Amino acid sequence: MRSPILLRSAAAAAFAAILFAGCSQAPAPAPTDTGAAPTDSAAPAEEITLTVATFNEFGYNDLLAEYTKLNPNVKVEEVKAATSDEARANFMTKLAAGSGLSDVEGVEVDWLPEIMQSADKLADLTDPALDGRWLDWKAAQATTADGKLVGYGTDIGPEGVCYRADLFEKAGLPTDREEVAKALGSTWDDYFNLGKQFVAKSDAAWFDSADAIFQGMVNQVANPFSSTEPEETLIPLDQNTQIKAIYDQIVKAAVDDKLSANLQQWQPDWQNAFQNNGFATMLCPGWMLGVIEGNAAGVEGWDIANAFPGGGGNWGGSFLTVPAQGAHVEEAKKLAAWLTAPEQQIKAFKLKGTFPSQVEALTSQDLLSVTNPFFNDAPTGQILADRAKAVTVVPFKGPNYFGYRAAISNAINRVDVDKTHNAADSWATAVSDVAALG
Amino acid sequence: MPAQPDVAAPPSSASRPAFDWRSFRSRLDVKSAPYLYIAPFFLLFALVGLFPLLYTAFVSVHKWGLVTGNQGFIGLDNYQAVLDQPRFWQGMGNTFSIFLLSSVPQIILAIFIAAVLDANLRAKTFWRMGVLVPYVVAPVAVGLIFNQMFADQSGFVNAIFANIGLPAVGWHADAFASHVAIATMVNFRWTGYNALIVLAAMQAIPRDIIEAAVVDGASRLRTFFSITIPMLRPTLIFVIITSTIGGLQIFDEPRMFDQIGLGGNDRQWMTITMFMYEVGWGNQRNFGRAAAVAWILFVVIVVIALLNYWLTSRIASSGAATAKLHGASRLLGTTKGDRR
Repeated sequence: MRSPILLRSAAAAAFAAILFAGCSQAPAPAPTDTGAAPTDSAAPAEEITLTVATFNEFGYNDLLAEYTKLNPNVKVEEVKAATSDEARANFMTKLAAGSGLSDVEGVEVDWLPEIMQSADKLADLTDPALDGRWLDWKAAQATTADGKLVGYGTDIGPEGVCYRADLFEKAGLPTDREEVAKALGSTWDDYFNLGKQFVAKSDAAWFDSADAIFQGMVNQVANPFSSTEPEETLIPLDQNTQIKAIYDQIVKAAVDDKLSANLQQWQPDWQNAFQNNGFATMLCPGWMLGVIEGNAAGVEGWDIANAFPGGGGNWGGSFLTVPAQGAHVEEAKKLAAWLTAPEQQIKAFKLKGTFPSQVEALTSQDLLSVTNPFFNDAPTGQILADRAKAVTVVPFKGPNYFGYRAAISNAINRVDVDKTHNAADSWATAVSDVAALG
Repeated sequence: MPAQPDVAAPPSSASRPAFDWRSFRSRLDVKSAPYLYIAPFFLLFALVGLFPLLYTAFVSVHKWGLVTGNQGFIGLDNYQAVLDQPRFWQGMGNTFSIFLLSSVPQIILAIFIAAVLDANLRAKTFWRMGVLVPYVVAPVAVGLIFNQMFADQSGFVNAIFANIGLPAVGWHADAFASHVAIATMVNFRWTGYNALIVLAAMQAIPRDIIEAAVVDGASRLRTFFSITIPMLRPTLIFVIITSTIGGLQIFDEPRMFDQIGLGGNDRQWMTITMFMYEVGWGNQRNFGRAAAVAWILFVVIVVIALLNYWLTSRIASSGAATAKLHGASRLLGTTKGDRR
C-alpha cells in the first residue's frame, strides 16, 4: 500500500500545477543542477520521459505537450497501436515478461478483466481525492474484488446511430435527425425493418457489418457469456440460448434480408466502403465519430441520430493503467490522473470524439455545447450525453469474455463476410471454439 | 603466437624437475587457442540457441501459464492437449500449403533469374542489386501493402482481374486463395535473395566444363540441366533447407494479412507459429502448450529438412547420371568427387 498522504500531496501538486498553468507564464524549466531545490515539491528533480501507450484514437495529441508545459521535467511520448487487439497482445506479452510496458498503458474494457487477474502487477490507483470522478459502473469495472482500483476511466462508448442523410433521401426516408430517430423506433426489429425499406430502394446496404450489430446487441445483455460475478462460469455456447437468438436474428437480417454490406470492421474493404457509398447506417459510439470522419473524408451526408435500437448501449471505452514494472510509477500515476480529469477528457472528446466517463463532464456546458461539423453540425455533446444516460445494462465481462466473443465474431464473419459457411455450420464451429477456451 | 621451439621440444620431467611455466603456457596456448577463438560463437549459441531450446522443452512438460508461471510437472499432457486440438492440424495443413506454394516456385524462379543474370547483361551490378530490393522491405510493410492489394472487394488485384474479365477471388475468404496471396508476399521478398545465392554458385562453375559440353554438342538447355544444376547441388541444398526452415516458421506475412492477426475467421491462413502464438499469448494463455507446439514444430522441421536433403541429393545425382549418358563423363569426376 502506498501512503495516502503521498498520494494526496501528489494530487494536490498536480492540481497546483494546473492552476499555475492557468497563469500566462509557463513555469521556468527546472535547473539541471540537482542541488537546487525544484520549485514544485512533487515535480521530479531530473528530467524524465514517460510513455503512454494508446490504440485507435485517444485524442491525446495536444494534451501530452500541454502536460510537459505544466511539468517541464516530464516529457511524454505516445506509443500508438492501430487496434485494441494489437494493444492487448503487446500488453499481455510484456506484462508476463515483466518489462517493456509503457509507463501508462491504455486498456480497453473488453480485455480489462484479463489483466485484472494480474492486478498485483499493476499499481494501485486508489485515490480518495478521485472518488466519484467516474460513473459508478465505469469505476466498478476497474475495481478488483478486494477494492483495488487498477485503471482510471478515460472514455465510454454511448452509442447512437450514424447515418448517411443523402442516401436516406434517395431512398425516400426522412433525413432530419429528429425524424430519423423516430423512424428508427426502439427495438432491433424496428431497426431491421427500416433497413428492409431502405435496401428495397437503394443500392447501398443498410449496415456495414453483421459483427458490429452483434457488438451492439451483446452489450445490452447483463450476462451474455458467463454466469454472475464475481466468479466467471462460462455458459457452454450450445446451451447459450440468449446468444443463439441474437445470432439467428442477426444472420437473418444480414444474409436473408441482405441488409449487410458484408464487411469486416477495420479491414481495408470496410475502410474503402466509406468512400463508395457501401452502407447507410452504422452503430456509432462516441469514439467511432473520429473513425468515420477519417475514413469518409470528403464524403458529405453523415449525421447522427439520438436513438439506439433495444435501449441504450455502451460499446467499449478504455482505462489508463500504470504497470508496477515502470521506472516512474508515481509520476505515471499523476499523468494518468491528469489525463483522465474531466477537463482533459472534454478536450479529447472535442478532438477525436472519445466521450468522457467522468460524472462532472456529462453536465459540463463545455461538453453539451459541442457540435460536430462533419456530422452536419450535430450537437454530438448533447446527443451522446443523452445516449450515456440511456445506458441501463452493462454486461459482466470475465477473463474469458474476449475469447468467447471472438469465437462468435468469427462465426458471424464466416457467414456474413467470407460466405464460406452457412449459419448452422459456422455456429457449430463456434461451439467447439468456445469449448477450447480456458 | 607461440614460439616454435617450445612446441617442438617434448617436455622432459626427468631432466627438468622444476615446473617450466613458460613452456606450459605456450603449450596451453597452442592447444587451447583454436577453441578460444571459436568459443564466442558457441557461447553465444549456448546462450541464445541451446538454452532457449532446452528451456522450451522444460516448459513444455509443465503446466505453465503466461502470467501465472510454473504450476508443476504434468508430463506429456501438453503435447496430448495440442495434438487433440483440430486447430493444430489445421495450422499444420495451412503451413505446408503456404510452404509448398512459396518455396517451390521461389526456388525454380530463383534459378531461372540467376541463369538470366549470369548471361552477359549490360549494367550487371544494377540488375543484380535490383533483385535484392524487395528483400530490403520489412515483412510487416509488405504485409500491410499486400493486405490492401488483396482486399476481397476493393483490392487492386481483383480490380485487374475484373478488367481482364476474370471473376473476383475471395483472397481472404477462400482458404487456398489466401495461401496463394501469402505465398506471393513470401516470394516477393525471398526470390531475389535466393537468386543471388544461386548466381554466386553459378559463377563458381568452371567455364571450361560448360565449353567442353558445348563442344561435345550439348544444347544450352541440356548443358543447363546436366551440368549447371548438378553442380549447383551444394548451394541448392543450402537454399532449400533455409527456405524450408523459413517456410515452416512463417509468421509475419500471415499475421499481417488482416488487422486481427489470428489467421482469418475460420483460421483459414493460420500457420503453426500463429497457432503457437495464440495458444501462448492469445485466448488460452498457456505457455506449456505453446512450448509443446514449438517442439513439435522443431521436430517437423528437422524431419522435413532431412527429407529435402535426401531428395535434393537424388535430383542432382540423377542429373549427373544423364550427363554421363551423353558422353560428358570427363565432368563426372568433378561431380562425383564433390558428392563423396
